[in-house]
Amino acid sequence: MTEQPQSAIFAEALTKSFPGIRAVDRLSFDVSAGEIFGLVGPDGAGKTTTLRMLAGIMPPDQGKATVAGFDVVHDPEGAKHHLSYMPQRFGLYEDLTVDENIRFYADLFGVKRAEREDRATQLLQAAGMSEFRKRLAGKLSGGMKQKLGLVCALTHRPKVILLDEPTTGVDPVSRRDFWRILYELASEGVAILTSTAYLDEAERCHRVALLHQGKLLFCDTPANLKAKLGKGVLSVTSSDPRGSRDQLEHADGISSLVLTGDGLHVVVDDAARRIPEFEARLKDAHIPFGAIQQVTPTIEDLFIDAVGSGSGASLHV
Amino acid sequence: MPEDNNSVVIENLVKQFGDFVAVDRISLGIRKGEVFGFLGPNGAGKSTTIRMLCGLLTPTSGRARVAGYDVGREPESVRQNIGYMSQKFSLYNDLKVIENIRLFAGLYSVPSNQLQARIEWVLEMANLKGQENLITGTLPGGWKQRLALGCAVLHKPPVIFLDEPTSGVDPISRRQFWDLIQHMAEEGVTVFVTTHYMEEAEYCNRLALIFRGKIVALGTPSELKRDSMKGELLLIECEPLGNAVEVLQSAPDVIDAAVFGNALHLVVRDAAAAIPQVKKYLSDHSITVGHIEKIRPSLEDVFVSLTTERDSGKERKA
Amino acid sequence: MSFTRFLAVARKEVVQILRDTRSLIIVVIMPVVLVLLFGYGVSLDLKGLPIFVYDRDGSQQSQDLLKRFQASAYFDVVRVVNDYPALTRALDDGHARMGIVVPWDFSERLHDGGPVQVQALVDGTDDNTANILIGYAQSVVQGYSSDLQLDWLRNHGQPAQPASVSVETRTWYNEDLESSAFIVPGVLALVMSVIGAFLTSLTIAREWERGTMEQLISTPVTSLEIMLGKLAPYFAIGMFDVIVCALIAIYWFQVPFRGSFLTLLISSALFLVVVLALGFFISVIAGSQLAASQIALLITFLPAFLLSGFLFSIEQMPVVLQWITRILPARYYVSVLKKIFLKGTPTALLYTDLVPLTVFALVLAVLATRAFHKRLA
Repeated sequence: MTEQPQSAIFAEALTKSFPGIRAVDRLSFDVSAGEIFGLVGPDGAGKTTTLRMLAGIMPPDQGKATVAGFDVVHDPEGAKHHLSYMPQRFGLYEDLTVDENIRFYADLFGVKRAEREDRATQLLQAAGMSEFRKRLAGKLSGGMKQKLGLVCALTHRPKVILLDEPTTGVDPVSRRDFWRILYELASEGVAILTSTAYLDEAERCHRVALLHQGKLLFCDTPANLKAKLGKGVLSVTSSDPRGSRDQLEHADGISSLVLTGDGLHVVVDDAARRIPEFEARLKDAHIPFGAIQQVTPTIEDLFIDAVGSGSGASLHV
Repeated sequence: MPEDNNSVVIENLVKQFGDFVAVDRISLGIRKGEVFGFLGPNGAGKSTTIRMLCGLLTPTSGRARVAGYDVGREPESVRQNIGYMSQKFSLYNDLKVIENIRLFAGLYSVPSNQLQARIEWVLEMANLKGQENLITGTLPGGWKQRLALGCAVLHKPPVIFLDEPTSGVDPISRRQFWDLIQHMAEEGVTVFVTTHYMEEAEYCNRLALIFRGKIVALGTPSELKRDSMKGELLLIECEPLGNAVEVLQSAPDVIDAAVFGNALHLVVRDAAAAIPQVKKYLSDHSITVGHIEKIRPSLEDVFVSLTTERDSGKERKA
Repeated sequence: MSFTRFLAVARKEVVQILRDTRSLIIVVIMPVVLVLLFGYGVSLDLKGLPIFVYDRDGSQQSQDLLKRFQASAYFDVVRVVNDYPALTRALDDGHARMGIVVPWDFSERLHDGGPVQVQALVDGTDDNTANILIGYAQSVVQGYSSDLQLDWLRNHGQPAQPASVSVETRTWYNEDLESSAFIVPGVLALVMSVIGAFLTSLTIAREWERGTMEQLISTPVTSLEIMLGKLAPYFAIGMFDVIVCALIAIYWFQVPFRGSFLTLLISSALFLVVVLALGFFISVIAGSQLAASQIALLITFLPAFLLSGFLFSIEQMPVVLQWITRILPARYYVSVLKKIFLKGTPTALLYTDLVPLTVFALVLAVLATRAFHKRLA
């Protein structure tokens, strides 16, 4: 992979190990300006380590990385003027007010007072936090703390934003608000690298890199990834999910079958062919069911298909 | 609701803190062996309700019976008959696996004649036989889940509460975990789940959505997706995307428009009627439409649509 | 180095100190409390020690002797008893530190030309005090005895001109031998150790523990700016406390101040740099606030208390310990303090203390700067 001149973030063969564990294993990807790129994977996949290396606070063992044009491995301090990093744990000062936190970070980035005031007013209004300026950060709700983190990260108009699981534990409504801000930033040309363990959140990204145990499984747009699955995904609605499962478990053509609250989620080789087969089976066994429909695959389906039942990983590019 | 079938019965439960009504007359009946999901934004009354059901908070009025005991009058008995598992906070990371198990066995007063059998059972279930002496903090996420679950049910409670049990866990381990839960439910254990993770909500037999202290939706995941969404959902691919959102926000008959990945999600009253209208509207504004289709709402769409108010353009943020 | 960034860090630190009640108490109240505590509470002089007397003779002479005990500032004759059991009881339950017993044949034997012994029963549990008591008692009796001899010589027609040798003492620097004057200047070293090392040791560790350090090091702020920004407020506080404590010492405890105020400030500034650098260093290497505070107390406060010469004289210590005190910055600072307060030593002559202090300050400052890296792992 050659470095694209317009890459806001470029990583090549990034590697980092800790005693006994290879946290990040030869990871390569790039992010363009105006793109929201998701690092997706469960805990321990290497997301936080990758973000820390790109933020210039943890040197990689091997590999290259540039952020906003700066070599973050050899000149991390240069890059820091043009990026913002929001760690997984709330990184602001709980004993300082919203205003004081904003001012502190603005000063660290050399934002002049007038500019800071303008930006702060604008951003706080967009985040719906204008009346909380004098409140101590520690007294804000979880969702507001995240938004404050974002405001502090944006005052100096960075070219690149690195977010580590910004929406973990945040309810869907606040999550949606947060993403609305991210989309606006992207449309202004900011490159956003965000990580999440919520696989369904991956769908919101422009492009996604799925990580598993430090390795890259895939990297593409969610739509492309699903198209490449090459399998059909069926949703069976039934008032007797367990009965349905018992009936269909050993049918032909199934890659994976999962019991959901009100039915089954089945990955098959050929949807058109299997639907009538399953319908017949269930009818014969007198299992009540509502419908068997083909649905779009979820990111989780992709993941499971790639990783298999725990034995080895098949890489799709 | 016949009480003998119901493991948890809630009748007009209210909790008030001063002037603030956190929980406003909630009524529910949850059957034995049901996997029941409790969803809601922060501050909606979800945690308060759970605390009352666990016997940790006294209701202001109303009643609730968990595992046959009244939460207001017999909280101690309630607590002895429930298991509680919070994924990130249940276990002591610096203890060995076996030490954690013994600790919880002691906390739950597992009788000594059953102790060994129960310990064996937990180790078996969590697939940790032979690994008793590993330090808990070093276990992979999926194993910790199952260990935490095991520790929460050492005393074989009829009702268990799970708080976002599989967030951050890899998908394979998550499926194995839920397999386990469903197995326990088959054996008659009532499972109460709270989560913000919509994928976990899909594993529940029924869901209740709480907003501002009231239940605003109740049903199976499919029912909620089908019936509770205020309107229908369209997926639109078009260029340029950013402009399209702004344009559509002010279009007639559009309830909500938001960017989603590389496309737009549009909430409209009637999909069939809306599709041609939207197409025309967009091209009138020089936006090329690539693709429009009606899509099934996700649980998240339902959640958002029920917990956001749009009265006279003012949006309430939870 | 950006002044804006340095100022931002310093400002944040000040706000945080002001909002943290615990830090505020340590910074404002503790120095005053320490000075008052040591000024009043610790007294190495012994005065007015309670004693019981048992006069078995009851003569004019025995009464004369006992009156001398009464008159002595060191003793306070609490009670006169009439039997041994009463005396031993008093010693047992601590009502008396010493008992004086005048034998029944005291005046008779004096009349016969002596010698006669007076018995002193001493509570030896605190052997320091016991020795001093014995010393005082002996001097009282000795005084009586030599007066008796002089009288005898006079009464027998000898001119009272025996060659007598006495010691004429002039106590320099601390005329009243007020131990508060001896102790209080040293308290400044203790105060500096707490502010400088203990408080500072928390500052870096706290940011790591709370998770704010991770975000901080992802910004352009440099390690030097972080270090100076964090230490500047504590430096200002430390100097302020030096002045406050010095004023209390001088005007409240009447400790004499004979040296140069400027030198006091300069040497305090140097010592402050030492303890601040040390505190910062500890904060960087310790894994948690708890560990940091424990290390700080162990390395700075305790040695300052025990080995700096503040309370216990260095010259009286075993040689090994004396050598150890040479690598203790507090020792030099306490020495300077005493010299400035009590002796008024001209600054030029303080080089034996100021030079080591300066060296310590420079070395530790460099060490501290090198220690902190904007890196995780």
